[in-house]
Amino acid sequence: MPAKSATSRKIMLLAPLLLFLGLAYVVPFLGVVRWSFTLPEPGLGQYRALFTDPLVQSVFFRTLRICLIVTAASLTMAYAIAYVWVRGSSLQRTLAEFCILVPFWISVLTRAFGWLAMLSNRGLINTWLQSAGIIAEPLALARNEFGVIIGMTHFLIPFAVFPIASAMRSIDERVLLAARGMGASRTRIFWTIFVPLTYGGLIGAALIVFVFALGFFVTPAILGGGRSVMVAELVYLRIFQSPDWGLGAAISVVLVLFIGILLALMRRFIKPAHLVG
Amino acid sequence: MPQSMHLGDSKAAEINAVSIGKTFGAFHALKNLSLDIGRGEFLTLLGPSGSGKTTFLMILAGFTAPTTGRLVMDGQDITNIPAEDRSYGMVFQGYALFPHLTVEQNIAFPLKVRGRSAADIKRKVGEMVARVGLGGHEKKLPAKLSGGQQQRVALARALVFEPAVLLLDEPFSALDKNLREMMQQEVKRLHQETGTTFVFVTHDQSEALALSSRVAIFNHGELLQVGRPQDVYERPANRFVAEFLGEINLLPLDTVSLEGDRAAGKFEERTIVLNRTMPMTGPNAVAAIRPEHMVICTEPQAADRNAITCRVEGATYFGASTKYHLTTRSGTSLAVSMPTAATSPIAPQTDVWVSWPMHQGFLLPAGS
Repeated sequence: MPAKSATSRKIMLLAPLLLFLGLAYVVPFLGVVRWSFTLPEPGLGQYRALFTDPLVQSVFFRTLRICLIVTAASLTMAYAIAYVWVRGSSLQRTLAEFCILVPFWISVLTRAFGWLAMLSNRGLINTWLQSAGIIAEPLALARNEFGVIIGMTHFLIPFAVFPIASAMRSIDERVLLAARGMGASRTRIFWTIFVPLTYGGLIGAALIVFVFALGFFVTPAILGGGRSVMVAELVYLRIFQSPDWGLGAAISVVLVLFIGILLALMRRFIKPAHLVG
Repeated sequence: MPQSMHLGDSKAAEINAVSIGKTFGAFHALKNLSLDIGRGEFLTLLGPSGSGKTTFLMILAGFTAPTTGRLVMDGQDITNIPAEDRSYGMVFQGYALFPHLTVEQNIAFPLKVRGRSAADIKRKVGEMVARVGLGGHEKKLPAKLSGGQQQRVALARALVFEPAVLLLDEPFSALDKNLREMMQQEVKRLHQETGTTFVFVTHDQSEALALSSRVAIFNHGELLQVGRPQDVYERPANRFVAEFLGEINLLPLDTVSLEGDRAAGKFEERTIVLNRTMPMTGPNAVAAIRPEHMVICTEPQAADRNAITCRVEGATYFGASTKYHLTTRSGTSLAVSMPTAATSPIAPQTDVWVSWPMHQGFLLPAGS
């Protein structure tokens, strides 16, 4: 049957990828799952610790709080950029495209240090403000949650732009014209027609940014300066600095499960193809 | 009950377009167009794609600004008034319904914009839903409706705020033939009931003739002729209008002479008498006759008819009518359309006479 051979050919094309994902992610993850139930001794002890250890609890809540703020900030800014990118003049579009693409060429590490150079006590902003006489003591812009949020938001905005821009592009221009023709003001058209028609893109963007943010390691480690540890850094600390592999593994498992649930939710709201624009 | 409802004191507007021109770069979309749209009339802008009819509609709506010329509504210059302040009703090609709003919310939108009270909105929307026959669909999203139902929502939304002018941009192009005819009747009825000025754009000549009180024919950015459907169909100003409005037979005439409101000329040695509809520029002209005005017969008939000899080449059966394809002695092709019930089949290669009443042919300049 031709249909069957076409299907099997597709599976063969996918096979190398599936094999790679299996060996590089699934097998090691199963090992992590096993540690979470066996180290330091067999049982559910590590999972119990997740719900009782105040340090773990506080890291979880901080991670959730930072991720929510970062998501809200990224979405707001990405919406403005996407709007200019999709509906601006050709010069504005080119500029927006540049702003969206350039961050992809700069590594996350470079960007985190870049922000540190801007935000630290002896960074550009504090030096300027002090030499201008506006402030006497440096502002605490880095090595805290504020710095982490700035760095993460900056990194994640471009990822939010694509699904939002894709939703904006699929709006029928005549629908907006129709609203104008009925006497609606630009503000009303924006809030009652334009924005609701991009909800799909906003939900997709929110999930992408949130899921991405949950696993952030480098940016919080550098800009948080050890004072605002997020969940990924906690896993790192448990495994590499304190011999507590079981707890680190259990945190990893919970994180992966949580992200899996979010991704399953995302599939219900938005087609994966729309996320890349 | 629909008959007893009125849209209220909707005031139909009168619009005068004065020397409107529109250029897009080097392209002249409209050239010096002047047109008066009467209060409460149903005017159709007809033309092939790229003829400027949609550009003109967009200028009327206020979505496009003319490069030159003025628009006057009820004596007031509205050339620079933007679309949102003109507030004409508009039905777009593809309907342009708000996909995230229900039928009810779509129809309520223009009323909300106008800050009407909730009770007023509820009453007006209810009336409009009944008027266009959408009862029971109020809570549905547009995607759940058929093409015809979406069309009705678009009409209801455009009429609910009692606009002085309703603009319709090829509203039926996506509908199949039966539904299209039904919606045409619906639009005609809404026009009669509301008394609003309707300006309708189409490239479908039969739709234009069936619906309009007047038809304006566009080509290459120019307004070629405006008139009642009978006038433009039977007295077209030029060859383009004659051919665009329907199939037409063209017979080249020589030695044309004028006598009062009639013209006479020779075609294959026979004298052809026609209406004189335009000034003559030379001795040559073309006789234009619609296929349905001609009949095939065995004898040249009465004195008030023209007749020429032809040979039947074939026939196409259309159900209600049959179209015969013929050639004259000199090789000019002709089409004659006759009611199927009134004729018996004629075999190809038969020599026949084709005749038509003198008042139903008209003269066109040669080679235009």
